[in-house]
Amino acid sequence: MSTVLDPPPTRALAARQVAAGAFHPRQLLARAPDALRKLHPRHQVRNPVMFVVWVGSVLVTAFAVADPSVFTATVALWLWATVLFANLAEAVAEGRGKAQADSLRRTKTGAVARRLRADGAEERVPGADLRVGDRVVVEAGEQVPGDGDVVEGIATVDESAITGESAPVVREAGGDRCAVTGGTTVLSDRIVVEISTKPGESFVDRMIALVEGARRQKSPNEIALTILLSTLTVIFLLAVVALQPFAAFSGGKQSVVVLTALLVCLIPSTIGALLSAIGIAGMDRLVQRNVLATSGKAVEAAGDIDTLLLDKTGTITFGNRRATALHPVDGAALDELAAAARLSSLADGTPEGRSVVALCAADHGLPAEPSAHEKTGGFVPFSAQTRMSGVDLDGRRVRKGAASGFALSGAARAVVDEVSAGGGTPLVVAVDDRVLGVIRMSDVVKPGIAARFAELRSMGIRTVMVTGDNPRTAAAIAAEAGVDDVLAEARPEDKVALIRREQAGGRLVAMTGDGTNDAPALAQADVGVAMNTGTSAAKEAGNMVDLDSDPTKLIEVVGIGKQLLITRGALTTFSLANDLAKYFAILPAMFAAVHPQLGGLDVMGLATPESAILSAVVFNALVIVVLIPLALRGVRYRPTSAGALLRRNLLVYGVGGVVAPFAGIWLIDLLVRLIPGIG
Amino acid sequence: MWAGLAQVALVLAALAVVYRPFGDYMARVYTRADHSRAESAVYRVTGVDPRSEQNWGTYAFGVLGLSLVGVVALYLLQRLQPLLPLDFGRGAVEPAMAFNTAVSFVTNTNWQSYVPEEVMGHTVQAVGLTVQNFVSAAVGLAVAMALVRGFVRVGTDRLGNFWVDLVRGTIRILLPVAFVFALVLIATGVTMSLRGGVTVDGQTIAQAPTASQEAIKVLGTNGGGVFNANSAHPFENPNAWSNLVQVFLILLIPVCLTRTFGTMVGERRQGHVLLGVMGALWSAMLALIWAAEAAGTRPLEGKELRFGIAGSSLFANTTTGTSTGAVNSTHDSYTGLGGGGALLNMLLGEMTPGGVGTGLYSMLVMAVIAVFLAGLMVGRTPEYLGKKLGRKEVTAAAVSILAVPTVLLVGAGVAAALPGTADALANDGPHGLSEVLYAYASASNNNGSAFAGITATGDWFQASLGVCMAVGRFVPMIAVLALAGSLAAQRGAPVTAGTLPTTGPLFASLLGGVVVLVAALAFVPALALGPIAEAML
Repeated sequence: MSTVLDPPPTRALAARQVAAGAFHPRQLLARAPDALRKLHPRHQVRNPVMFVVWVGSVLVTAFAVADPSVFTATVALWLWATVLFANLAEAVAEGRGKAQADSLRRTKTGAVARRLRADGAEERVPGADLRVGDRVVVEAGEQVPGDGDVVEGIATVDESAITGESAPVVREAGGDRCAVTGGTTVLSDRIVVEISTKPGESFVDRMIALVEGARRQKSPNEIALTILLSTLTVIFLLAVVALQPFAAFSGGKQSVVVLTALLVCLIPSTIGALLSAIGIAGMDRLVQRNVLATSGKAVEAAGDIDTLLLDKTGTITFGNRRATALHPVDGAALDELAAAARLSSLADGTPEGRSVVALCAADHGLPAEPSAHEKTGGFVPFSAQTRMSGVDLDGRRVRKGAASGFALSGAARAVVDEVSAGGGTPLVVAVDDRVLGVIRMSDVVKPGIAARFAELRSMGIRTVMVTGDNPRTAAAIAAEAGVDDVLAEARPEDKVALIRREQAGGRLVAMTGDGTNDAPALAQADVGVAMNTGTSAAKEAGNMVDLDSDPTKLIEVVGIGKQLLITRGALTTFSLANDLAKYFAILPAMFAAVHPQLGGLDVMGLATPESAILSAVVFNALVIVVLIPLALRGVRYRPTSAGALLRRNLLVYGVGGVVAPFAGIWLIDLLVRLIPGIG
Repeated sequence: MWAGLAQVALVLAALAVVYRPFGDYMARVYTRADHSRAESAVYRVTGVDPRSEQNWGTYAFGVLGLSLVGVVALYLLQRLQPLLPLDFGRGAVEPAMAFNTAVSFVTNTNWQSYVPEEVMGHTVQAVGLTVQNFVSAAVGLAVAMALVRGFVRVGTDRLGNFWVDLVRGTIRILLPVAFVFALVLIATGVTMSLRGGVTVDGQTIAQAPTASQEAIKVLGTNGGGVFNANSAHPFENPNAWSNLVQVFLILLIPVCLTRTFGTMVGERRQGHVLLGVMGALWSAMLALIWAAEAAGTRPLEGKELRFGIAGSSLFANTTTGTSTGAVNSTHDSYTGLGGGGALLNMLLGEMTPGGVGTGLYSMLVMAVIAVFLAGLMVGRTPEYLGKKLGRKEVTAAAVSILAVPTVLLVGAGVAAALPGTADALANDGPHGLSEVLYAYASASNNNGSAFAGITATGDWFQASLGVCMAVGRFVPMIAVLALAGSLAAQRGAPVTAGTLPTTGPLFASLLGGVVVLVAALAFVPALALGPIAEAML
């Protein structure tokens, strides 16, 4: 899975989290107690396939006690190991979320709220007593006591407890940056927050439940797969039960131990053991990328997405416009214009200003850093009245700003109009009221995004760019970025209408959004990823929240959803394909006495009937452990067409699943035959 | 060898010629809006409103109701035979046998625990058994069409009208083709007589209205002959030509239905994939049976000299791969591997190419399972023909694939354990076990062919095989209709590059793998003790 287009500042942290989530064999030992606890039948009965293995283990153990032999005891041991390994897979998957939940829990302790009474007076109440609609005051150094929206004031907030992002963010009343999360800390100023969630249902509470897997429900697809696996289990159960009278008829009655061993080897225990771990790990992979999904269903839906709605700004283009060209007017030289443009922007710290300096440095060889002399100039900041900024240096007034602030000649006016018509923003540059030319500020498409969209197209996903720009500008950027469709001059209701239209055609739609007016569209979309910086309404409406507030992450979310399904399908195929080799190992062994000619099927040349059966059982148990890392990490997924994916996965997990156990059982037999009483 | 290959080539060429026109004709039969005068008359008399359509429950209710009425009527006809004309004094059929036979013919199995020319008179044969030969085939077709409509239709709970589908299948497909081919069979030498028999030199030679029964016996993949020797009897199947005509008729509808399917879903290649898988498995099994028989120590034992090894193997493979169950040789006398091949054909679930209608819907259920597994592997909620396969769809498919192995294994398991079973068998050891397995595989999969060697007239066999036939027929049918219902209710999803392609060799091999894996894997242990042990001796 490739990563985000424009690395957000949290990359380092995200990388650390992913690393922390990676699988270490040590985790198997650490989670062993949990695995033992899960041996309780109440837990086992939830997984039909493994419950059959569990019952088989109990049965064989009873026989091992009643009529002890090395063979029976060893089979019993390995059947229990099979159940334990399945428990271990689930425990390890769950364990990865626990550490994160613990650190989240710490943010909840000791929050005391300063609630505002109706008369305006403050009272101190525990955070747990807050109700929806309560207003609380939070000042610098204090923790926000609950989720809500800022209704008064502006403040910088440290959200690192939730997002892992150490740089503070600004939260202010009104607009789309008003949401604050309980457990975050106000660093400056004073704000009044209106509480929007009940205690116990706050964002942090939900997040803890999610990462711990406590609230995990089986997703629709997982249920469907469980039904299929249970059906196969019942068929194999019948096949093994009916085998006894057939064997008796043939004069080769089998022991319950051998029949149980055969049954456990035949039922899809590999996928049965790993199924729940795969689901938990899928959610966990999202969490590691700082995306919280409200349900496993949402993650699966992400894999099914047909149409992606992407906001132009921030997703397809850089969040700010950049200087892309200089147009001298009224006889001014290009060099002269470049020098003035650079001067006017040297002290301008905004991204736009920096982009002007960068353009002059790149295209005109001007120094990117101000000289000592240039630093002596007086910076004139942008003001809403003049709509321009600049610098006073050596008695010259160098200015750049909106066209309306300058007296323009006819030629200059024409250039300004031309830049506007092309979708750019013109910035006029003047020295002492003499207009030198125009800087073209335009949207810059992020590098690599066209390739990314081509990738999406090959996966069958259509991209639609949503922008408030006029259709002409929008079309120019869309062509450059390579999106499939454009929604220009988009109002919130247009987004909802577009989503409904796509859905009416049977397509699943995903989008990102942050504003309150995005909420209807987020709710309508099949996958709505709300930005953490957004409003509570947006977060409530979507079914995922991106803590990094990185709109391009939607593409990754789609990949994670697909990977989850692929992992399930691949391991199911592998599990079923394994049965062939197990037949070749067990059947000749079972009937060696009554039909010795079946020994011709023993292509692996296993030592004795006992060693053959035991080797198959051991392989069946060990393969679970071997596949735990794959279940947790997910099957490798590269965006490509469905046909190519199927070919690859069928080859690796289908053909591999047929071949691998032949080698595995043969190797295990080489060791098992050394056990006295077996070989 | 070459003569045998020429026979196979001839049948395949004939099928290739009719594939398109006949497949498309069947698609028109089930999609057209108008009704012929004869059909309108039937609807008026029976009080059916041909314009009303049914949801899956009502459709299934029609299937079950009609079948129940059919079983009761057929049972009574047999029990009341002495009151009927042309009974030749053959008497009332005893209760257990009458029950078994009634279920057998209504379920399109045509397992015959009786000797026709000694037990059934012409009236029971024509009014009872042959009517069911038509009706049971038309029911199979109707259910298959309901499933196809489930894929085609969007956002509705209506699957068509069962009674209309039943009448159309009978009047427009089965009756005319059966009529024409009854004449063709007479031309090849098949007999046709209403006499009970002729006595020559003190020996009575049984006679029957053979050709008219024979045509629908094979066309409807029924298989119940009017003589005990079935298609090995010279009156039913006198020569190599009649043999080829019968093989052609058995394959005609199941093969052409894949075209009907492709035409109805609007993408012919979807039908080609199913046909490819059916054809590949049919060819592989033919090669296996033929090779095994040719290599046998007594290759002509149990075979008619006029058919030889090739004509017998071709017929045996076709009849067991289509749930027909007619036989022109004694499968019991086949080699371990050859007989095992016939058995495996049935254990595969009768979809190579399967019975009339049942073959198509059984293969589509397998396709649903294959798409579910493969769909996961491409990272999407699996979709087949624009319909998502979720909990409901997988549950329906699961019930459908669970029914047959359940009754088959339970029935055969109990039979093997019963002390009386050994006495009912002609052989012991692996071959004896094969005989038991074969009987239950044949009944549960609605094939109806007998391995011979087993005397299945005891009450346990009559009753248990009857139950196997009923469960093996109706549980999958109900599940298939439920599947159709949930598919039709969905809105279609568009096909994108991210959609699993369900055409082409890759998907075909996957589907073939799933058929073998899901259908046959459960029977490998039993096969190891029976035919495999016998073959490796």
